[in-house]
Amino acid sequence: MPKLKVPSPPAPLQPKPKRPGKKTGPEGPVEHGHEATASTIGWIDERTSLSGAGRWMMFRKVPKGTNWFYTLGSATMFAFLSQAVTGVVLAMYYEPEPTRAYESIRRINNEVFLGELVHAMHKWGSTVMVILIFLHMGRTFFFGAYKYPRELNWVIGVVLLILTMTMSFTGYLLPFDQRSYWASIVGVNINGTGPLVGPYLSDFLRAGPYFGATTLSRFYAIHMMAVPGAIAALIGFHLYLVAKLGTTAPPWIRAEAPEATREEKVAA
Amino acid sequence: MNKQEKERYLREYGILKAQGKPFFPYAVAKDGAMAILVMVVILAMAIILGAELGPKADPTSTTYTPRPEWYFFFLFELLKVIKPPELVPFATIGVPTVAMILLFLLPFYDRNPERRPERRPIATTAGILTIAAMGYLTYLGAAAGPPTEIDIPVPANVKAQGPAAVADFEAGAQVVAQSGCAACHKFGENGNDGPGPELTEIGQRLPAPAIERTLLNPTAPMPSYAGVQQDSPEQFAQMVTFLSELKAEE
Repeated sequence: MPKLKVPSPPAPLQPKPKRPGKKTGPEGPVEHGHEATASTIGWIDERTSLSGAGRWMMFRKVPKGTNWFYTLGSATMFAFLSQAVTGVVLAMYYEPEPTRAYESIRRINNEVFLGELVHAMHKWGSTVMVILIFLHMGRTFFFGAYKYPRELNWVIGVVLLILTMTMSFTGYLLPFDQRSYWASIVGVNINGTGPLVGPYLSDFLRAGPYFGATTLSRFYAIHMMAVPGAIAALIGFHLYLVAKLGTTAPPWIRAEAPEATREEKVAA
Repeated sequence: MNKQEKERYLREYGILKAQGKPFFPYAVAKDGAMAILVMVVILAMAIILGAELGPKADPTSTTYTPRPEWYFFFLFELLKVIKPPELVPFATIGVPTVAMILLFLLPFYDRNPERRPERRPIATTAGILTIAAMGYLTYLGAAAGPPTEIDIPVPANVKAQGPAAVADFEAGAQVVAQSGCAACHKFGENGNDGPGPELTEIGQRLPAPAIERTLLNPTAPMPSYAGVQQDSPEQFAQMVTFLSELKAEE
């Protein structure tokens, strides 16, 4: 099929031929634009050398046979990002005080613009994230992707799974309704029956031997500062290892020698 | 995996990787499509299911249902499967801790170089069984609603004490039912058998003062009812009366 000719840009945007005797340099707004972008990137790169890392991350090859199962990890990360954004919005209105927490959530639901939607997205986003992290782990397990040389990435993934469960445990108390309050009491009590560290862990979570005024703010601090920071850092390390070691190929795919070096080809 | 197997894997992986496509834009496009799908699912769930608040938390109330988020159901149900009291710590933290350690160390004890699921029968079977067990426990947890009614006939010796005692017994039954005790204890035909012990004949085993002490200072994970005693001593007394009258029929 004949290709249509691309229409040429309007006259002021067209590159002009160089005039003799004029110094070399950018001409016209487009060249100036290109030049500005290139020099900004160049300025940053000269000081950080990040462009090499960007190319290394983006243009690395993913092996043959990579399929939709391999998107579960990035989908989990995306669910985490969604939780982070909706969480920040909720934190703008939420008050972690036993006497005011319930009312502030109520205000988010009833008065703040799109408040209930953001609250619901955060609530159900946790379910989606937990499902995705388990699917991602299942894929890694059944494909044997945790084996050499990716053992460390599996361990980091298990830590991320536990941190995700910690997030949903601490977040459950924050709306401070009957259901979340009593479920958290029983949950902390269950922690307390654990061996060795159990009693200390539940005392730490409650900020004392009983559920008190500081328990809620402690859960809040864990939920929105300590654990998300740890999750973000570990996701970074997890991704670095993924890029460094490469994603696995599906286990049923066998490597064949490159076509050019195969014997039949050479003979023919 | 020995050195030779490691080298063979790396060589084979190198070839597969060389035959692959660049991450950008091929894998990025798939990841992006998946991200959009995740966003759509979250939005749809948020719009359809909403985020309703229950009644405000009230430490002194007697009507509550301690139910965790659904993905903790399997841990909660584990408490019901393992009954004997001396094994409860084993169920609450022992089994999950062991499972967690096994999960952490998986790449270190599974040293089989084979990756195809059908050629790793032990690993694949263990994985499927674990998923099935977790799924079954989650289902049990979802199906077991905390009953709010306890239907126990008034015992003969309470009837003999006159109508005031009968009224006290029935009021106590109602308080116990509303307090969600049946979520963890069995009362005759009502309630869940576990994590807590069966209370059908608790009056036989414990006198009233002992029952009172247990309600105020329970063994974990049961929550304390000290708040009820402070807030409405009458209801608390009815609870104790009801429980202490639960005896085997002669």
